[in-house]
Amino acid sequence: MLLIECPWCGPRDEVEFRCGGEAHIARPQDPDALDDAAWADYVFMRTNPKGWHRERWCHSQGCRRWFNVRRSTVSHEITAVYKMGEEPPEAEGSAQ
Amino acid sequence: MADAKRSPLAFMTSALAEAEVPDAVALRELSPRTQIDLRGEVADPAFAGTVESALRLTLPRTPNRVADAGGLLALWLGPDEWLLVGPEASDLEARLRSALSGQHVAITDVSANRTVLELGGPKAREILNKGCPLDLDPRVFGPGQCAQSILARAQLLLHQRDIEPTYHLYVRGSFAFYAASWLIDAMKEYRFAKRGGRRER
Amino acid sequence: MNGAYRLPGKGRVDHERRLNFNFNGRRYEGLAGDTLASALLANGVVLVARSFKYHRPRGIMTAGAEEPNALVQLETGPWSEPNIRATQIELYSGLEARSVNAWPSVGFDIGALNGLFARLFVAGFYYKTFMRPKLLWERLYEPAIRRMAGMGKAPTTPDPEIYDKMHAHCDLLVVGGGPAGLAAALAGARSDARVFLVDEQNELGGSLLSRRAEIEGAPAMEWVAKAVEELEARANVTLLTRASAFGYYDHNYLGVVERRTDHIAPSRRPLIARQRLWHLRAKEVVLATGAIERPLVFADNDRPGIMLASAAQSYVNRYGLAPGKRAVVFTNNDGAYEAALDLLDAGVEVAAIVDPRSKPEGELAALARKRGIEVLASAAITATRGRKRIAAVEVMALEGDRVRGPRAWIGCDLLAMSGGWTPTVHLFCQAKGRLRYDATKACLVPDVIAQATHVTGAANGGFELAAVLGEGFAAGRAAASRAGFESPEAPPITATSYRESPLHPLWIVPSVKPLGRGHGKHFVDFQNDITAADILLAAREGYESVEHLKRYTTTGMGTDQGKLSNVNALAILSGTLGQSIPETGTTTFRAPYTPVSYGVLAGRDIGDLSDPIRITAIHEWHLERGAVFEDVGQWKRPWYFPRKNEDMAAALKRECKAVRESVGVLDASTLGKIDIQGPDAVEFLNRIYTNGWSTLTYGQSRYGMMCHEDGMVFDDGVTTRLGENRFLMTTTTGNAGPVLDWLESWLQTEWPELRVYCTSVTDQWVTVSIAGPKARKLLGELAPEIALDGESFPFMTFRQGKVAGVEARLFRVSFTGELSFEINVPSWHGLHVWEAVMATGEKHGITPYGTETMHVLRAEKGFVIVGQDTDGTVTPEDLGMGWIVSKKKDFLGRRSFARVDTARSDRKQLVGLLPDDPKEVLPEGTQLVGDANARSPMARSLMVGHVTSSYASAVLERSFALALVKGGRARIGETLYAPLVGKTVAARITEPVFFDPKNERRDG
Repeated sequence: MLLIECPWCGPRDEVEFRCGGEAHIARPQDPDALDDAAWADYVFMRTNPKGWHRERWCHSQGCRRWFNVRRSTVSHEITAVYKMGEEPPEAEGSAQ
Repeated sequence: MADAKRSPLAFMTSALAEAEVPDAVALRELSPRTQIDLRGEVADPAFAGTVESALRLTLPRTPNRVADAGGLLALWLGPDEWLLVGPEASDLEARLRSALSGQHVAITDVSANRTVLELGGPKAREILNKGCPLDLDPRVFGPGQCAQSILARAQLLLHQRDIEPTYHLYVRGSFAFYAASWLIDAMKEYRFAKRGGRRER
Repeated sequence: MNGAYRLPGKGRVDHERRLNFNFNGRRYEGLAGDTLASALLANGVVLVARSFKYHRPRGIMTAGAEEPNALVQLETGPWSEPNIRATQIELYSGLEARSVNAWPSVGFDIGALNGLFARLFVAGFYYKTFMRPKLLWERLYEPAIRRMAGMGKAPTTPDPEIYDKMHAHCDLLVVGGGPAGLAAALAGARSDARVFLVDEQNELGGSLLSRRAEIEGAPAMEWVAKAVEELEARANVTLLTRASAFGYYDHNYLGVVERRTDHIAPSRRPLIARQRLWHLRAKEVVLATGAIERPLVFADNDRPGIMLASAAQSYVNRYGLAPGKRAVVFTNNDGAYEAALDLLDAGVEVAAIVDPRSKPEGELAALARKRGIEVLASAAITATRGRKRIAAVEVMALEGDRVRGPRAWIGCDLLAMSGGWTPTVHLFCQAKGRLRYDATKACLVPDVIAQATHVTGAANGGFELAAVLGEGFAAGRAAASRAGFESPEAPPITATSYRESPLHPLWIVPSVKPLGRGHGKHFVDFQNDITAADILLAAREGYESVEHLKRYTTTGMGTDQGKLSNVNALAILSGTLGQSIPETGTTTFRAPYTPVSYGVLAGRDIGDLSDPIRITAIHEWHLERGAVFEDVGQWKRPWYFPRKNEDMAAALKRECKAVRESVGVLDASTLGKIDIQGPDAVEFLNRIYTNGWSTLTYGQSRYGMMCHEDGMVFDDGVTTRLGENRFLMTTTTGNAGPVLDWLESWLQTEWPELRVYCTSVTDQWVTVSIAGPKARKLLGELAPEIALDGESFPFMTFRQGKVAGVEARLFRVSFTGELSFEINVPSWHGLHVWEAVMATGEKHGITPYGTETMHVLRAEKGFVIVGQDTDGTVTPEDLGMGWIVSKKKDFLGRRSFARVDTARSDRKQLVGLLPDDPKEVLPEGTQLVGDANARSPMARSLMVGHVTSSYASAVLERSFALALVKGGRARIGETLYAPLVGKTVAARITEPVFFDPKNERRDG
């Protein structure tokens, strides 16, 4: 059970949150300009790294805010939590 | 009695009362009150200032805090969302609507959306923590604080009223039967502990 | 025979409080403070079990959680529990237990014949022996093996006990209440940090409970008592005894099972939760989990009466009993000398200490010699004798890895052994900590810490008491400091200390014959009957990875999870592979540390509390009317309302007829409702829904459909414009939450510029839906102030006004095809309005109907239900609803409609089906084929579609169905076949609208 720091509510148990998968996937401005492959890449394809991953989480049982998390998929260590629209801090952290 | 309000747990009133364990914990459903979900940009002085002068209440900016202005409460629900709670027959919605007209806000009557359970007594905190993952230790959570979380498997909006502790549990109407049943079940052990009750064979 | 081995006045048991108990059908007497194991030993009961594979007699080998042999079936009837370790059962009056895995009795055991066929049971024997033929495996081998292997029996009646959960948070969680843990907890407590101390025993003290050590010049337990007193007095400390920390999860989250009433007879237990599962979240964790002594691997090291030296010491010092009358001690380290001296002082004759080391010259060895104990250096035990209890050991001289010289037999009824100590690193490793091998101590010790963890005491490889106390304090201070609390430094503590000579690792004790030859068995894993020869054989067969070895031989896979065997096994594997222990590595440590009952994992999430039961404000009425309920997500919805002696089909027919001919009423409160407000609400809806919203004016409603970005239908519902900048969206019952999440995710992440707020109002409103030709007349009587005629209140519009005296929102929508009004009132008025509708409607023949009738009526009209007629692979076009897809704007999922796969013409499309036999109602989910003779199993390519909805229709007087069929719309008129069990049903493909295709009824 992860302990996730909601940017507003502070540290809460994972059970209060919903994971929205990979973060920083922007919806294409003009979907029609994309060929099938490029559109499918946006809709279906996600990176699945072993190590540091940026994810969207929603404090669904709390303040209902979406935010970003940088988490290691190996150690589950979370080294950054930042609001939507903010840039992730630079350093990735130590653990893998 | 066309406008008589029937609360979600009206049919459980006696069950709630019977669950009480004197000197340990008591549970009841509070009578209906006016509840307004208010959304708006608190950084915008036009919004915050208008609300504050209309209601004589400062909307809490700090997450999970409750402002209390003579019985009118504002519970922080999100960075742009508050639950205003006032007496049953209140013109809260109308006052807000006229004060905030023209602004981009959302004013939604949710008076019947959640019912309020009052759980109080020395064992209240322990009972909640059987199903609520929040850290309710007095060092961390005290009177004037609120939090949205879960109680067992139901959504919960929790507000601590005093240090006894007494809590107000805001539970959605459709979940109220489950939440009340769960609480009554969780309260049982204190009754038996008190009586030194033994299982009958 | 009562307490023949008891040592009067000794130990921590209460010699005044005698407790009767029953083991294998015989009555015995024990003392308060005993475990079942100690009470049995006090009565001279040594043989308590038969081994798993060979059914060899086995005795109590340990005094703790690591016990591999003494597993019992505890209690009977609903309280019965299998495979509980006798060493961890606190004795109470009236306790009943039986050996597991010993049929018909431990003394006379048919299974012991297995011993004669021992060669069958080598490593991997299941795989090798019982492979072929398959039928024999299923019919003969498996049932026979299961009966023989047995273990305990699961109870067959429901558990009458209560189990619950508790969440708690602390700054400092100390696991283990021995010297190191107590010291750490004291340091934490003095800092004002919130401290939890968790220990699996009934009293704190850990190893000190079993030793005669001294701290500060006084018996160690006096120091323990003072420490406990101080901890108990502090408000910032929570002590949990009888509590096993079994799992260490991410972010310092630990699972702890507290046994609250297990130590009380079932008939006398208070009505509180028997066990409690603590969910503990700690800022810092101090692991002071101690160490477990290792057995030595010598020939026939499994006879009853052979036990760990520390266990023998514990039985003497803590439980006040002599585990034998004449003991031999076999040890490769100094620690067991202390046990020998304790046995001697308790009046047990110590015949010899057998020590493979050439020069055991520590202080304890000197003391033993001084006390007259014969110390046999450079010696090893090479064989043992004794059927139901050890009778003698064979001792030979040891040279390198060989034995030689004369064989001397020494008579004994107790053999206390020690192969060194293994730090208990289970939790440390579960937390993803890494180990290193300490060659001096011959054990794996914590190396790299992965979480906010501190390891101290024996768990960290520290076996010297004074040092352990100091390290414990330091660990507690460090942990408190990291959690933000300052703890005063503690003065150094003095304690019993001996100069020791180093341990000599001896992973396999040689015998005269090579391993695996002759009759002697060198057991490594006692519970699963794995010998050193099995491990060597597995290695020869290529199972060189420790994980493979574990699974092939089943070493460490018993309920003890190899607490005694794992290190010996991997050392033996390393030896045979000629590599170091670090090169071999360990198997993965996984929770739980000790077995955890399913009951406590479930807690109160059972029966009616297993999942929330959501009910509407009208639920009481439904109950009183005898509604049959259907689970829709978490909701209880009336499925149908049977009258007396009415079956479901008759009830549905009556309900359907009523709606089509007069008027029916449905509780539709479960629909999701979202209040959407803001100047950009129209634009927002345009992006979310496939259809357009710009033309919807105030007071109008529109049906909308939303798709995910893959173009597949996600949800549908009616949205109404309540005001200039305000809309009320309805969602399907099951999707209320997911749709709100969906809306919020787009508003917050992609379109923050849109000025829109969404608020769930699902529970605010009760929805009473009246439908049927007489609906207008009925509503007119309830809402005289509202003009209801078709012109004043047209289809798909909204009005506000009083209904039955209550301010209501009225929507003219229709899911049945009939004239219909949905009355929305604040939920606390719901029952009142429903009752008013029933009372006023009586003369119109008002009929309450449930979800099934609603399903039938909408299917007659060809209205889909998202989630029933769709499954996440269906586009609006597939449903024949291309008309709802706007060509003038972008919206979520639109681009996907142009994808090659989505634009195929042979996709499954929604069609109607009319079975040739009008009485035949096809089961929903039935696969459809084009070939009348197709029989299952059939090729996937034959299957052309499946039935999504299927009913008997009252108005059509026949059965009908909706189906998704490949290229279905072009196949209307064709016949398809549904191969069912025992018959094939033919059905004709039709348009999906069966009733009133021109919508002539919805205006009444």
